[in-house]
Amino acid sequence: MSDHISFVRTEQLPELPPPAREQGVVKWMRENLFAGPVNSALTVVSIFVIFQLVTGVWPWFANSVWNTDSLSECRQVLDGRTGACFSVLTERWNQLLFGFKYPSSEYWRPALAFLLLLPAAAPVMFFDLPRKLLAFTAIYPFLAFHLIWGGTVLIPIFAMAGFVGAYLVFSGLVSRSFLWASVGAVVAALVIWRVGGMLTGMIGPDNPTLVSVPSRDMGGFMLNMILGVVCVSLSLPLGIVLALGRQSDMPIIKIICVVFIEFIRGVPLITLLFVANVVLAYFLPPGTTFDLILRVIIMITLFASAYIAEVIRGGLAALPRGQYEAADSLGLDYPQAMRLIILPQALKISIPGIVNVAVGLFKDTTLVSVISMFDIVGMIRGPILASTAWNGVYWELFLFAAVLFFIVCYGISQYSQWLERRLATDHR
Amino acid sequence: MTTVTDPPRQAFQISMLWNDTRYRSYTFQAIALLLLIAAFSYLIGNLLENLRAAGLNISFEFLGQPAGYDINQRPIEYNSQSSHLRASIVGILNTLIVAFLGCITATIIGVTAGVLRLSNNWLVRKLMAVYVEAFRNVPVLIWILVIFFVMTAALPAPRAFRGETPQASMLFDAVAFTNRGVYIPKPIWETGSMVVVITFALSILGVIAYRRYTTKLLYETGKLLPRGWPTLAILFGPAVVMFFVMGQPISLEYPALKGFNFQGGVQVRGSLIALWIALSVYTGAFIAENVRAGIQAISKGQTEAAASLGLRPGRIMNLVVLPQALRVIIPPLISQYLNLTKNSSLAIAVGYMDVTGTLGGITLNQTGRAIESVLLLMLFYLTISLTISALMNVYNNAIKLKER
Repeated sequence: MSDHISFVRTEQLPELPPPAREQGVVKWMRENLFAGPVNSALTVVSIFVIFQLVTGVWPWFANSVWNTDSLSECRQVLDGRTGACFSVLTERWNQLLFGFKYPSSEYWRPALAFLLLLPAAAPVMFFDLPRKLLAFTAIYPFLAFHLIWGGTVLIPIFAMAGFVGAYLVFSGLVSRSFLWASVGAVVAALVIWRVGGMLTGMIGPDNPTLVSVPSRDMGGFMLNMILGVVCVSLSLPLGIVLALGRQSDMPIIKIICVVFIEFIRGVPLITLLFVANVVLAYFLPPGTTFDLILRVIIMITLFASAYIAEVIRGGLAALPRGQYEAADSLGLDYPQAMRLIILPQALKISIPGIVNVAVGLFKDTTLVSVISMFDIVGMIRGPILASTAWNGVYWELFLFAAVLFFIVCYGISQYSQWLERRLATDHR
Repeated sequence: MTTVTDPPRQAFQISMLWNDTRYRSYTFQAIALLLLIAAFSYLIGNLLENLRAAGLNISFEFLGQPAGYDINQRPIEYNSQSSHLRASIVGILNTLIVAFLGCITATIIGVTAGVLRLSNNWLVRKLMAVYVEAFRNVPVLIWILVIFFVMTAALPAPRAFRGETPQASMLFDAVAFTNRGVYIPKPIWETGSMVVVITFALSILGVIAYRRYTTKLLYETGKLLPRGWPTLAILFGPAVVMFFVMGQPISLEYPALKGFNFQGGVQVRGSLIALWIALSVYTGAFIAENVRAGIQAISKGQTEAAASLGLRPGRIMNLVVLPQALRVIIPPLISQYLNLTKNSSLAIAVGYMDVTGTLGGITLNQTGRAIESVLLLMLFYLTISLTISALMNVYNNAIKLKER
């Protein structure tokens, strides 16, 4: 058995490269662009569409004019060629961002408030940042209010003092009873605000450092940002309360919440804005006048809270029954079970939905232009398109507004997808 | 062995309303109810006082008074002498028209885009992603305004159609696209046309019956009859035959240029078209995402199982994937329809006279009856929403997975 089979190779042959059509760009194109006749036809059609779009739009961008004072001047510069008159953006830049009534010497205030929004929102959005930064987030609303509206600094300070007092009372009493702690907190806040209001009336300076700007002077994209940020932040707690109410065992509370939610979800936002504009005044004590912007904030907040309540209800319903039972069997009472066990999980499940509502709400802030408030769309349709200088320039203005909204909304939705991946604790 | 017995029943004490969980919920509900009543009585008290101060009262008599304004797009008979009620009905019909048209086109656009987003063609996939993201992230109001302004700016005026060598020409000599709207032929119904319409309605029933029969035959015997061409034949055959038998009772009136404007035909306003296009393209982007999610929700194992049973790809889609995907797709689809209907209230921004424009716009401003008008407006939208949600619940219960 020692015969040696010599024709069997002892060493391995070198690997041959794969055939040309199975590697590199060619393979990728064959699989992704030309897999079969239908697929190839689709590719050709898409390339044609893209080609048409690019050749149609390119000269418009390439010939764009950035520094003229009116549309007729811009047309002269263009001299018959196709081209965009982006000079409307440079000339009306401040109006588009801040509205046409905000005092121009004070533009730095809303701009600063917007810049400060980023560090204020950061610790809420990214959990890895040090928790101490949350202190700035807590101060931010009062700071931003003071920056944008101006007036005496005492108002935001007393408003903040009310919240601090409420927090102190609450944390002092919460170990005994959640209910009494909440009642005490509300009472403390009301007392401080009442006293603060009287004090402000007495010692408030006549000429505050920051000039007071009335709400009706807010406009432009700033108004969209104010409405969006304020209404989303206010509607979140309200939405949680409504969702818990709808899940409650108490029939009367449940009915109140269901009727409210279904009513708000059943009517378009525009009718609620009509209510804010013309009807709400009838339901307030005679002689009360309060800001249109405040009325609109109330209505949009109610609107958003109904949608957020539905999202959170979905999250509450998606939690396994065992979580509720486990909380009960640990002997936790209802507020404890909700705060420590149920809500943290339910809110986590509802994050994508909440972000969807927030994006939708931010887009819906443009509707205020219908009740003649001058947000960015209102500015474009009203003062800018109606002016003799810029009558007839549609594409550039609406493109600019669309790009602004796209950046914000797309950014938020990308963030929510990142957060979803980050929070995913299920094993896949 | 001990027996657990009920604790001795305690006599009811006042403090138990607060400390005993059995009674505490009653206390809470009573407080909530009292607060609600207090809030309502406060608001209504204010309302009454304000109305008295302004010398007004709540009454719906204004609905019977002549409206005194004109509506440019009217599906039913209406003139400025008609009542406010009739103006509101015209508005309601206009809302329903744009909502109906929008839902159909949004579904077509959305399903196409959603399926193409899952295509294995890279370029098409990316194009559809761009479409979906661009429309989902920009307010619908901006889209409505852009399309409206571009239509009025880009389409030719009616006078462009005049002269020996007109700058613009009509499509098939029947449809004219102008900046005042689109003129389409108008069908003229003569005697006997009813017979044709009834025949067509009966053929629709016939198609449904035929398709049911083929399904039954397939399940019982495994024999598959052709479905495509018989459907078309049953649908159009009898109606066409009847059309000629009755002596062509339906004819078309073509729009024609007379003087400065088109006469005859039906004028579809530019505002309607802009609203329709914008709403369908915007809602289509959302529907595309729902469709994509629905198809992706069906696990790959289902497709593979069907393939291993020997089904062909078309059959796999029709018999296995789609019935399961529809269960996921239809509920969000219906809520998109609702959103579209509610968004159609933005018609007011381009001057299309829907119910928000008539009842909530001109009628409100002319009569000053803000409370009544807004109340009726809300009731209208609420009725539509609640009806559709009720139907949705019925449907959801019908298709729910029966788990035992």
